[in-house]
Amino acid sequence: MSGHSAYQPQSAFMKWMERRLPIAGLVHSSFVAYPTPRNLNYWWTFGGILSFLLGAQIITGIILVMHYTPQADMAFDSVEHIMRDVNYGWLLRYLHANGASMFFVAVYIHIVRGMYYGSYKEPREVLWILGVILYLLMMATGFLGYTLPWGQMSFWGATVITNFFSAIPVVGESVVTWLWGGYGVGNPTLQRFFSLHYLLPFVIAGVVVLHVWALHVVGQNNPTGVEPKTEKDTVAFTPYATAKDSFMMVCFCVVFAWFVFYVPNYLGHADNYIPANPAVTPNHIVPEWYYLPFYAILRAIPNKLMGVIALFGSIGILAFLPWLDTSKVRSANYRPLYRQFFWIFVAVCLGLGYLGSKPPEGGYVLAARILTFYYFAHFLIILPVLGLVERTKPLPNSISESILASKRAAN
Amino acid sequence: MSRTILAFALAGSLLGLTAIGSQPVAAQEHESPVPPRQTWSFAGPFGTFDRGQLQRGFKVYREVCSVCHGLKYVAFRNLEALGYSEAQVKTIAAEFKVTDGPNDQGEMFERPGRPADRFPAPWPNENAARARYNAVPPDMSVLAKARSYERGFPWFIFDIFTQFQEQGPDYIHALMVGYKAKAPEGFALPPGSYYNEYFPGHTIAMPPPLSDKQVDYTDGSPTTVDQYAKDVAAFLVWAAEPHMEQRKRIGFQVMIFLLIFAGLLYFTKKKVWADAH
Amino acid sequence: MTASSAEPTRRDFLYIATGAVGAIGAAATLVPLVAQMNPDASTIAAGAPVEIDLSPITEGQIVKVFWRSKPIFIFHRAKKDIDAARNVDWHTLPDPESDADRVKKGHDEWLVVIGICTHLGCIPLAHQGNYDGWFCPCHGSQYDSAGRIRQGPAPKNLYLPPYKFVADSKIRIGEDETSKA
Repeated sequence: MSGHSAYQPQSAFMKWMERRLPIAGLVHSSFVAYPTPRNLNYWWTFGGILSFLLGAQIITGIILVMHYTPQADMAFDSVEHIMRDVNYGWLLRYLHANGASMFFVAVYIHIVRGMYYGSYKEPREVLWILGVILYLLMMATGFLGYTLPWGQMSFWGATVITNFFSAIPVVGESVVTWLWGGYGVGNPTLQRFFSLHYLLPFVIAGVVVLHVWALHVVGQNNPTGVEPKTEKDTVAFTPYATAKDSFMMVCFCVVFAWFVFYVPNYLGHADNYIPANPAVTPNHIVPEWYYLPFYAILRAIPNKLMGVIALFGSIGILAFLPWLDTSKVRSANYRPLYRQFFWIFVAVCLGLGYLGSKPPEGGYVLAARILTFYYFAHFLIILPVLGLVERTKPLPNSISESILASKRAAN
Repeated sequence: MSRTILAFALAGSLLGLTAIGSQPVAAQEHESPVPPRQTWSFAGPFGTFDRGQLQRGFKVYREVCSVCHGLKYVAFRNLEALGYSEAQVKTIAAEFKVTDGPNDQGEMFERPGRPADRFPAPWPNENAARARYNAVPPDMSVLAKARSYERGFPWFIFDIFTQFQEQGPDYIHALMVGYKAKAPEGFALPPGSYYNEYFPGHTIAMPPPLSDKQVDYTDGSPTTVDQYAKDVAAFLVWAAEPHMEQRKRIGFQVMIFLLIFAGLLYFTKKKVWADAH
Repeated sequence: MTASSAEPTRRDFLYIATGAVGAIGAAATLVPLVAQMNPDASTIAAGAPVEIDLSPITEGQIVKVFWRSKPIFIFHRAKKDIDAARNVDWHTLPDPESDADRVKKGHDEWLVVIGICTHLGCIPLAHQGNYDGWFCPCHGSQYDSAGRIRQGPAPKNLYLPPYKFVADSKIRIGEDETSKA
């Protein structure tokens, strides 16, 4: 939405400023006057929640760095120092650790919303791909951050993940040594992971700017999948979307606060309260819950290189979703057959997550292989075929028409 | 066709759910029994520490455990939270020897502890510990958070709402009372080890540390192994989470605030949208 | 739906209430973010009072110890040092203060001062300068045997830390007579 904004500066100072750097006008046109489809439901509030969480993580993270020591012999001690001596240190630490989990809860809901309503379809392909990039950056940031307390899971998780790269033919071992800065995960690894963990959130912030820009060029999708046609289909972002976003944000904070104050270690792993010991491997190395589905996929493939490829492929395939899904209809509200497959897909992801937490033994192995196959089949077989064969429900002519129709049905 | 696929996928998911059961973290071939649930005064959203229990648990730590196990993240001054006065804390600190230095001759020396000091290590380094005990007794500062066991499905879902997070102290208590004088038939116990019901793998290097009447309690509490185990487990929970009570108190205030704020925002949203629908 | 034009004041009250609660929440959130930068519990504990045994300090010797990361000069003054400090009309000094006011009663030979130049914070050098006291090499301030500024850009005498005698040859720096033993 570039062009002349409707913003009219009132004071002399603002008039002076607007002529030189029209930030106020930009904010006004992007977040105040910006036309938003009037039928957005609460699934659309998670973008705002994600932005809030990114800010919260950056603030708590920068403050934690004032007290944390990124050195192998002192890192664990410094985290305990934060928990015990630093004023409200326990709160900052629990906010940051649980905030990371909340960040992933929100992003998974945000992605699933996009998959349900076809928000990845033309003309939002670049918006979607920027989202996939953001997700990958988030995963990298989360992994790097988890190593910093230098507990047993930090150390051994780092060992497992960096060992992925040894699967690369010919140069694999050199790449791993280069990543480690030594002959195994050690202090050089910790120090560089700290540097990168501090860097990536700001890269995320930059890509978020691109993501929001791409969004504002094409406009939001909406539950009908029908683009706004007239002014009657939209409302101004402020106060309408702002009010909804704020409400959901506080509701989300209730869940966040529940974890931080009442069950702060629930989403973590007890073994990470054992200082890192290069001589002893924990019996079950498990990543944080938000990586579990991909961990299950990795272990389902018996071949080392193919397993790594499958892991990265399972995320990378998301980028091709706009082209794999052949349906001309966006929203699952009007695609009854797709809707069923969508919910099966969600169940499969949850199943994979559960299997990722279990040891790769017995019945778990077969189950993981079946679900991994289905995961890829959903994207590579089901979606392309479905778009061509399914019968969709008739679309409403416009957003306002769909709202009026549902009101009539309700009365 | 979709129904078959649905059934197929569900069957696959169910296969994954087959091994429902709870196992202690780190159990592989054996299924160590689940530590029995104890009642703890600090459990739940309004739980608090029982200071009498913490003081008894500290006594057990001091007279029994501190010989081998360190508590290096706890400072003597922290003991005021147990209800001791400043003077009492000074006395307790002075009963420990702390290494300081180097002095002007360049030598390290020992001096009585001060409130600002942390609990000194019971051995100079891990190699010394291993030489003495054939194992390194873990530091106990965060032990209560470093031990847990799997709850299995669906209990791990309920735990989010019931706030059950006492796996650590339950395990510690069970470990203390779980020693068996003789290993069961057919169990190959390596010499120099002991059989414990709840230790993953059942073979533990630590000899049973507690026995009845070993520690004097001045408040009339029973001087049994079970009581010692409970008290020291509670003390270790305090050692691992000294700010727990403040956390729960602030949590209550935050939740009330957020619920009120959410309510206000809900009605604000409704008012804002009233003329838009 | 019904048009809501009938009660603007009630709607405004809702908005004001929501905004106020939001502002309170924002302020409350700020508290831990700001408080965490204050000295933490271990730093405060490390800054506790220190006891110094004066018996090894010979006459004329100046010893440097640390309290709360600040250097403290402990000067075991000989008779000539005390006389030199008292042989001047202290009203004429740049920062007027009598020698007697800078020592504890009955312990005239012990001078305990914070060893930080009151000009810009350098540590002055002992037994140097024209006044039998200290000389600051940064900008040339000179202090006498009572730690008072005599010459140079420093505006104030060397500050006195809180301290008290717990025995004839032992002081505790960090507590003065007003606090409990």
